[in-house]
Amino acid sequence: MKTKSQIFIKGLLDVLPLLIPVFPFGVIYGVIGMELGLGPYLTFASSFIIFAGSSQLVFAQLLTAGASPLVMISSVAVINARHLLYGAVLSEYLNKLSIFWKLILSYFMTDQAFATSSKFLKSNQETGISHYHLLGSGFTLWFIWQASTLLGIFLGAIVPEQLGLTFAIPLTFLSLIVSDLKKLDHLMVVLSSGLVATFFYNTPLKSYVLLAAFVGMSVAYFFTLRIIKENK
Amino acid sequence: MTWITLISAGIITFLLRFSMIALIKENSLSEKTKIVLSYVPSAVFPAIIFPAIFLDNSGLLDLENNPKILASIIAIIAGFMSKNIIATIFAGLASYWFLIFVYY
Repeated sequence: MKTKSQIFIKGLLDVLPLLIPVFPFGVIYGVIGMELGLGPYLTFASSFIIFAGSSQLVFAQLLTAGASPLVMISSVAVINARHLLYGAVLSEYLNKLSIFWKLILSYFMTDQAFATSSKFLKSNQETGISHYHLLGSGFTLWFIWQASTLLGIFLGAIVPEQLGLTFAIPLTFLSLIVSDLKKLDHLMVVLSSGLVATFFYNTPLKSYVLLAAFVGMSVAYFFTLRIIKENK
Repeated sequence: MTWITLISAGIITFLLRFSMIALIKENSLSEKTKIVLSYVPSAVFPAIIFPAIFLDNSGLLDLENNPKILASIIAIIAGFMSKNIIATIFAGLASYWFLIFVYY
């Protein structure tokens, strides 16, 4: 039987491997924010207020490109719409918690925290304190994100752009799904989503993210119907 | 105005994270929904992965002499062999740096 703090620490440790690319991403975001001319306060406040890397980068780009507020807000919403699906998965394990806990854990919910903690929550549901794992993974990522943003702001132009560290972003997401690429159904979902994102990249508001997810989920729905049919 | 926009974007992001957790009740997800949701990472992450690999900075398709494609293939192979997230990322980054600094 584990205690709350032990579960918190387990969440913290479990998310650490996923943070190796998050840290340079945060530094890069800080550097780019400064280079785009957002200034230290806006650059840091984005990491605190939005707390979602790819949408922060788009927000910064659109802001300095002179986009209208509505375009900026919609873009952030489109890119972060995937959290709806994470929430739907996690709700099953978090529904007994108080509104206070739900508010806190929602703020800390990210791609990496979801990937790390959803499996733990699923298999340790009955303990009643498994949400401390999500708090551990979520808070750790939050802390690293704030710290790396700050470091990026201070480093400014010192980090050489030639290193191409932004390439760590697709590599991170790739590493998260690489084990599923061996399964034909997952591979088809990945390819359909990825190709749509690539060929509709220039859709307004960066809405290609939502469009690709929609197509990917449609293909996934087709495979789901097949799985259910086979199990009958 | 910029700050109001930033805070609005933050509130929207929070609501996207919070709404499902707050609204969906226990056992309201069917078996079908659960299977569909297990595909979510495979359906969403490629939207970030593919353009970052196959498109150049101006959003145009870049398939010739693109070191990111080969580096990604090496990362996938490393991921299959190691089953390790860090090894996957570092194999990709290391081969990318080798390609851009040594090979090209």
